[in-house]
Amino acid sequence: MTRQLAEGLIRWRWLLLIGAVATALLAVSGVRFLGFSNDYRVFFSKENPQLLAFEQLQSTYTKADNVLFVLAPADGDVFSPQTLAAIEWLTRQAWQIPYSIRVDSVTNFQHTRVQGDDLSVEDLVRDAGAYSAAELQKIKQVALHEPQLINRLVAPDARVAGVNVTIQLPGIDPQAEVPEVVAFSRDLAAQLQQRFNDIDVHLTGIVLLNNAFSENSIKDMSTLVPVMFGVIVVFLLLLLRSFWGTLATVLVIALSIVTAIGSAGWLGIQLSAPSASAPTMIMTLAVADCVHLLVSFLQRLRDRADRRAAMVEALRINLQPIFLTSLTTAVGFMSMNFSDAPPFRDLGNIVAIGVLAAFFYCLALLPALMVALPVRAPAMRNRSMAAMDGIADFVIRYRRPVLGGMLFLVVGLIVFIPNNELNDEFVTYFDQRVPFRVDTDFTTRNLTGLYNIAYSVNAADSGGISEPAYLRKLDEFANWYRQQPEVIHVSTLSDTLKRLNKNLHGDDPRWYRIPDSRELAAQYLLLYEMSLPYGLDLNNQINVDKSASKLDVSLRSLSSNATIALEARARQWLAAHAPAYMHTHGASPSVMFSHIGSRNIRSMLVGTTVALLVISMILVFALGSLRMGLISLVPNLVPAAMAFGLWGLLVGHVGLALSVVAGMTLGIVVDDTVHFLSKYLRARREEGLSPAAAVRFAFHTVGTALWTTSVVLIAGFLVLTYSPFELNSGMGLLTAITIGLALLADFLLLPTLLMTLDKKDAYENRQPADPVKSAV
Amino acid sequence: MKTVSLLILLSLPFNLLAQSAAEQGLQIAREADRRDTGFHDSSAAMRMILRNRQGDESNRLIRVRTLEQPDDGDKSLTTFDEPADVKGTNFLSFTHKTGPDDQWLYLPALKRVKRISSRNKSGPFMGSEFAYEDLSSQEVEKYTYRYVRDDSYEGLDTFVLERYPQDKDSGYTRQVVWLDKQAYRPQKIEFYDRKNSLLKTLTYSGYRRYLNKFWRADEMFMENHQTGKSTRLIWTDYRFQTGLTDRDFDRNSLKRTR
Repeated sequence: MTRQLAEGLIRWRWLLLIGAVATALLAVSGVRFLGFSNDYRVFFSKENPQLLAFEQLQSTYTKADNVLFVLAPADGDVFSPQTLAAIEWLTRQAWQIPYSIRVDSVTNFQHTRVQGDDLSVEDLVRDAGAYSAAELQKIKQVALHEPQLINRLVAPDARVAGVNVTIQLPGIDPQAEVPEVVAFSRDLAAQLQQRFNDIDVHLTGIVLLNNAFSENSIKDMSTLVPVMFGVIVVFLLLLLRSFWGTLATVLVIALSIVTAIGSAGWLGIQLSAPSASAPTMIMTLAVADCVHLLVSFLQRLRDRADRRAAMVEALRINLQPIFLTSLTTAVGFMSMNFSDAPPFRDLGNIVAIGVLAAFFYCLALLPALMVALPVRAPAMRNRSMAAMDGIADFVIRYRRPVLGGMLFLVVGLIVFIPNNELNDEFVTYFDQRVPFRVDTDFTTRNLTGLYNIAYSVNAADSGGISEPAYLRKLDEFANWYRQQPEVIHVSTLSDTLKRLNKNLHGDDPRWYRIPDSRELAAQYLLLYEMSLPYGLDLNNQINVDKSASKLDVSLRSLSSNATIALEARARQWLAAHAPAYMHTHGASPSVMFSHIGSRNIRSMLVGTTVALLVISMILVFALGSLRMGLISLVPNLVPAAMAFGLWGLLVGHVGLALSVVAGMTLGIVVDDTVHFLSKYLRARREEGLSPAAAVRFAFHTVGTALWTTSVVLIAGFLVLTYSPFELNSGMGLLTAITIGLALLADFLLLPTLLMTLDKKDAYENRQPADPVKSAV
Repeated sequence: MKTVSLLILLSLPFNLLAQSAAEQGLQIAREADRRDTGFHDSSAAMRMILRNRQGDESNRLIRVRTLEQPDDGDKSLTTFDEPADVKGTNFLSFTHKTGPDDQWLYLPALKRVKRISSRNKSGPFMGSEFAYEDLSSQEVEKYTYRYVRDDSYEGLDTFVLERYPQDKDSGYTRQVVWLDKQAYRPQKIEFYDRKNSLLKTLTYSGYRRYLNKFWRADEMFMENHQTGKSTRLIWTDYRFQTGLTDRDFDRNSLKRTR
């Protein structure tokens, strides 16, 4: 039946070629629908509880992202006329940033003072250039004692200051909006550095984070893909030593990629940082199909078969394994659909499409091209064959120590899996080559944290935020938070009311406390709100009903576990000290990312298990043996487990990206097992060989192909480690390790297991024959 | 194309053609102001309904008394009735044709009158989507004008004017006003923020005529396009010429008025 199929593929090769080209063209036209996502929220599914909590918070107060300019004057003093003038200039200009709705800085801080019965509310700094030394000193005094400014918009040592711009993206055309804001902001920063000498400007904030995601995805696509092409061409030339074979393979790969990416466009998938690595993965995976087919073809050719006959035979012996490995690889990648993070579902689906496309193009293009092109057989090379036979001899001779050693290694690595701590710090998703990372690190070291937790704290009733009991408790909560070592800054309404109380008592510092009655507090707020300028209102901290207020906590760089622990401590504090109506939980991007790793691991455990079941069923069916299917589980499962153990030993933290690796690699590592087992079984069944002889046969026939495809795969995934996006580089590295360990398992563990577990006489009722000659 | 524009030109009254857009805009604004002059004093109650993006609502209730001034902006006294914790708070303001307005607030809990010395009139009024500058007396001199075009709005023939705030601390670069030709009443105003993006739209509805001359809307609806929040003002109990005098609009009256 396989022979008929192979003959058919040759007979209809031109029709298939035309069909393949037509398919590719149809798919590729979907590319026009593609875009790059630039919103960190894509990592969260619509039903993600932390995302829902954060969205609820945002729709109660202000739904907003931010751009934070951090100014660092060379002279190390923010309170110089020049630097204050620069901040003032930037504060004014920042209102021109597209979609900006609010600008906060030291200079436009609404400073409240009393003179007699006059309450004056005005910018802390106006026309800084003309200030005297005494005036500058006074401003410095005010700023460095203002809880709303210090550690948020000015550093305690006065060396750096920030201008925070609140951006309300309309979300109508996100592709355009984020880059628009970033381009404008970068231009402002450049202008500032031109106008005012010796001031460094750093840019961070959520909008910059979003932008970094899309910028680096595009960079990944445009740098990694060419590098990968180079790597592939070099490997193909080395492996096949055939120019035409290499060219045909590159064509298959290119078509597979455009088909996958084009289909993504048709499916309405938006590319994001993780899915941007799809082309590299497809390229890597597509190579294997072609190599297996071409190696056989070239071997036949060397044996002086004509090209057509050589191709029929190559197809005949490779059709089933190529189909099986493509199918299992696709299933492995499709397990990512269980991920809680949509970009990984997209990645899985795009790669799965790419792998199936590669299978199709491999069968539809290679026969026609190989028969038509003047392909010549390269000279024979025997070194690697000999090496394989050597390994086979070694494994057969020392089967017990090898098996023991492998089991020891497996267990020895697996015990380190618990060393892996879950961690998703979104700033460290980018490495030091990314300006966003550098600027954010600078900001966290010198001014304030990008990580935060926000709370909407309910009061007892409508207008209840003015109740002294509420305000006092809020103040205690804020003070508790300020005492936590992880915290840089806390912003709370209670500070504003204490300040107003002081102002309205003749600026007497003794009155810097919560007002004594609800009426007083409410009337202060009314008075204050009446005197605030455009954009600097309290609507971002108080809900419309004045029955809840928002408390914002800025954090140092914190791991996911530390963030979750801190938030839990805060909730305990509230439970122990505050009335029930004030109990609440924190919401923020930091909280969302802190939970994303464990949510994903839980969902991917299901996904990986499903993939394992499906793949095992495919194997049992294809190998025609339940026993073999079960034995194959070991080398299929062990590599990922070992890899995570090794990772725990060497790196020790895993996040979102690594949670998908087990499922993803399952489909890849299974390929080696399939090739090895199918040859082993053929030797056992068709030739009636003993397990040891069948192992030798399997090594001899597919050993070379296994290690060469593994090397290509490892190289391909190592290319991903070059990505500045640590989600992708980590994923690439762990996958490469897993594939390496899979090769080890297939060479050392699988054969020894087979020799130990396979019943010696199961197939030994046939005449032995020389395996090397008859069965490749 | 040419004939169309020629027809439009011919259809305009000749005297309007002769004027610049700025002169024409100012003339329309003056006419609107003239038609609303002479009411002497008025009082009304207003309910504010604030709504956020989520649809949560909150109410405020205030009363406003206004005294017309012959040569300057109006005086007004605002009394807060709801929410309860600000009940009895009075706000007195003297708008001026040029320069900052004078503002005082009486806080009953503190039993003190405080003068608010601030350039800021652009912040939200009681947390609503209305700024103080949207609600205070709209003196002609506070803006420069430009006539844009004629339009129709809800079946009414309207002028469309652009006006540019003179106050540098205004939250707006410009406003676009739809005034109906029949009675020079504002029907719709679009507010553009400092970067000249559409920020809010105010629409008026339920106009009624008082004393056979003065038009007041029962409802004003302000929608913030950037934040998704909105505020509806519902005016009731309009009364005119109730005999208020300057003595009802001074610092002593601030403490007295209930």
